[in-house]
Amino acid sequence: MSYEHPEALLCPGGPMLLRGRHTVEDADGVPHETTRPVTAVCRCERSASFPWCDGTHKVLPPDLRPA
Amino acid sequence: MRPPKLPRARGPLTDELVGALRAGGDFRTVLSTSPTAVGADAALALWTLHELYYRGFADVDDRLEWHPTLLGVRGLLEGDLERRLRQRWVRPEGLSFVEDVFGWIDGQDGVSLARHVHRDADRDQVVDLLRARSLYHLKESDPVAWLVPRLGVPAKAALMELQLDEYGNGDPNRLHHHLFAVGLEAAGLEAAYDAHVDVAPLEVLEQNNALSLFGLHRRLRGAALGHLAAFEATSSLPSRRMAEGLRRLEFPEELAAYYDEHVEADAVHEQLAVRTIGAAALAEEPALEDDLWFGAFTCLDLEDRFARAMLTRWGVREVAA
Repeated sequence: MSYEHPEALLCPGGPMLLRGRHTVEDADGVPHETTRPVTAVCRCERSASFPWCDGTHKVLPPDLRPA
Repeated sequence: MRPPKLPRARGPLTDELVGALRAGGDFRTVLSTSPTAVGADAALALWTLHELYYRGFADVDDRLEWHPTLLGVRGLLEGDLERRLRQRWVRPEGLSFVEDVFGWIDGQDGVSLARHVHRDADRDQVVDLLRARSLYHLKESDPVAWLVPRLGVPAKAALMELQLDEYGNGDPNRLHHHLFAVGLEAAGLEAAYDAHVDVAPLEVLEQNNALSLFGLHRRLRGAALGHLAAFEATSSLPSRRMAEGLRRLEFPEELAAYYDEHVEADAVHEQLAVRTIGAAALAEEPALEDDLWFGAFTCLDLEDRFARAMLTRWGVREVAA
């Protein structure tokens, strides 16, 4: 038996979870390396820790949260 | 790390228990005193018995962890705690844990100590808070680790993905409860398990007792998973406020860094706790759903009680979450 284990997972209304080592480049071309087994990448673009999620999506009105 | 020492008694039961643990002998009087123990005396007795499963005590025989009479005492105290927690809990109607728990948590209106620390707390209040919280933060994920052998393959793998991060991905310098100890020491506070138990309010003892209760009983694995989810889901944004409050009051950078770490880590962990760990555990055992809600409710309820107790102790009016 095998299980699904995707490298990226989209969380409804929240971040994208990224498994393993990756480099995420921000809009200014600055590379950010992941350091955790799983990293939450911001999708609402309002995180104070951008490009990483800091939970800010939860205080946004539902229509401003990522799909 | 020096082994913890026994706490100071807070009533007839802990008086008997502490003495009998030190003597290592007859626990019959402890057992007969247990049913009438209340409040901080009962909570501290249970906390002390649970400690035998973590690091034990310097002057207590390690074999007492499984002493049948002490297991009887523990059973009485845990039974009373679980009954009280279940009496307070109401199962939300028509909601699915995986789909709805974030929204349900957002709708709860508990009191927030992080908001108070962020803007208004003074240094003495923050020290008081750090000492009380140390009972939890110096263990952090340890009671959750007891869950691992009780889950099926996908839930177990998912939990370990989260736990690996809690334990520093193998680097002891990044292990979360060690980061808290480093922060406490930088602030001139002692960072041992037992250092602050004598000043811990009842509400803190009950928070820790509930976590150990859920962790130690396979029967309560659903409650442990629900507690984990609610804890992680109420950590990221408050940790940001804690870090800013600590910097406002010029606490050492090491302490603020502990909370910085939890802003990002718990933004990951809350998603894992619900969408990978919770979802996998419920797919395998759908009957756990009620207990996931019970654990989540208990987490928020005990935190709200703790927050109110601290604000009352400081003479501060309530601060909404």
